[in-house]
Amino acid sequence: MKKLLNDPAQVVRESLAGLALAHADLLTVSFDPAYVVRTDAPVRGKVAVVSGGGSGHEPMHCGFVGKGMLDAACPGQVFTSPTPDQIEAATRAVDGGAGVLHIVKNYTGDILNFEMAADLCQAQGIEVRAAVINDDVAVQDSLYTAGRRGVGATVLAEKICGAAAARGYDLARLEALCRQVNENARSMGMALTSCTVPAAGKPTFELGEEEIEMGIGIHGEPGRERVPLLAAREIAVRMAETILADLPFRSGDRVIALVNGMGGTPLLELYLVYGELEKILHAKGIAVARRLVGNYITSLEMAGCSFTLLRTGDELLSLWDDPVLTPGLRWGL
Amino acid sequence: MAIGKQEVLAWLEALACVYAENRQYLTDLDAAIGDADHGSNMDRGFAAVRAELAAREPADIRKTLETTAAILIRTVGGAAGPLYGTFFLRAGAAADGKAELRAADVVALFEAGILGVQQRGKAAPGEKTMVDALLPALAAMRDALAAGGGLTAVLEQGAAAAEAGMRATIPMQARKGRASYLGPRSVGHQDPGATSSFLLLRAVVDTWRA
Repeated sequence: MKKLLNDPAQVVRESLAGLALAHADLLTVSFDPAYVVRTDAPVRGKVAVVSGGGSGHEPMHCGFVGKGMLDAACPGQVFTSPTPDQIEAATRAVDGGAGVLHIVKNYTGDILNFEMAADLCQAQGIEVRAAVINDDVAVQDSLYTAGRRGVGATVLAEKICGAAAARGYDLARLEALCRQVNENARSMGMALTSCTVPAAGKPTFELGEEEIEMGIGIHGEPGRERVPLLAAREIAVRMAETILADLPFRSGDRVIALVNGMGGTPLLELYLVYGELEKILHAKGIAVARRLVGNYITSLEMAGCSFTLLRTGDELLSLWDDPVLTPGLRWGL
Repeated sequence: MAIGKQEVLAWLEALACVYAENRQYLTDLDAAIGDADHGSNMDRGFAAVRAELAAREPADIRKTLETTAAILIRTVGGAAGPLYGTFFLRAGAAADGKAELRAADVVALFEAGILGVQQRGKAAPGEKTMVDALLPALAAMRDALAAGGGLTAVLEQGAAAAEAGMRATIPMQARKGRASYLGPRSVGHQDPGATSSFLLLRAVVDTWRA
């Protein structure tokens, strides 16, 4: 393992210390328990939006704390959900009296820890609603699995719900909006290489020189199938078609498209892949209303990418365009 | 032999050693079907439990188990944090007011803890989870007690059933937790959660055997 580390056990703490110094104008970091809040929290009368999850996906979630997106984020250890005491402390710190929305990715650990935290907060009189994100089409939703994983739609939901909270949506409306985003979004990812969790010290899985994993999760969980390396065009077609067929997206739909890097793939390649995706969508009569290309929900140093498509109407587009000022996403200001 | 607070502390101390020794083993099992963090999470959690119990010894068995729960919930993360946290929280409540535990009390303690895990995680037997080790262990402990067995017999039969349950997860297809995303590819791997649960029960036998 070759990484920029002092001590693998301290990687999250030391990274948060650096984040705090790099973005002191936008966010404040607390330790023991660890959570990140926007500098002006709590905002009186506004519903607070809180998310969290394992570290290793930066900029998600801590890099989305600021104005117009998350009020707080709870970073777990690498690829490990945050604990209830973190989530409870973060929720209390940002509650402005109008309630708190928890945006939770659908992983067993995240669900259990956020549920325990919500119980603790509600016992203290803080109104908490949770909305679960489960947009990964690589996993079949059925009674026989823990359900679909939450991936790229999380970034879109955090942006859109953060904007809506800033506009004054109440908690019930915000929860419904988050569900609407989730229901209209689908994602799929692929990996060219594995990733190495610092505390584990070796790659999470092995992938041959000429192999790729289609349907990879954001923690290196294997996906649908392992196939020989294909041209970017072919990879884009396979991912796009799986996503499009699932919702299904139809000719005439407008979408927000996210082409996301897994952490180890250069923008040179991500833009190339984005070009392929837009061609595919264009041919199907689907209009890309907005797009985002870059590393937003990563998997440490994994090479690869994911696509997320969100079917959108005027309300979502307008919320998407609202100003946002965070370390990881900023426009309109 | 009856179990007092010192025996409970000795078990928790043993668990810190067991999870430190098996850190890589559990992480390797998890890397095959999960996200390669179960060993480091359990090790971090029980090391923190050991440090807390050494720094501030709780007043009685219930407090000892509840402190353990609070530390695990804070430090383990993942699904294992709330699940093992719930185990020790419920086990603690079952030990309320007891300075000493006899065989029937020990079974009641594990019963409360194990049913708590099942309730929190909503897993059924055969889904390749912790409960595939824990529920057979509970059944074996109840049987041993009903057959007139003493504490050692209860614990040994419980751990043996947990071990068999753990091994029985190998051919199972996961239906809960991250491993379920693998579908048929989860077959052929031993479940890391069932393994850490077996280790928990084996450590009881090793520390409390008469």
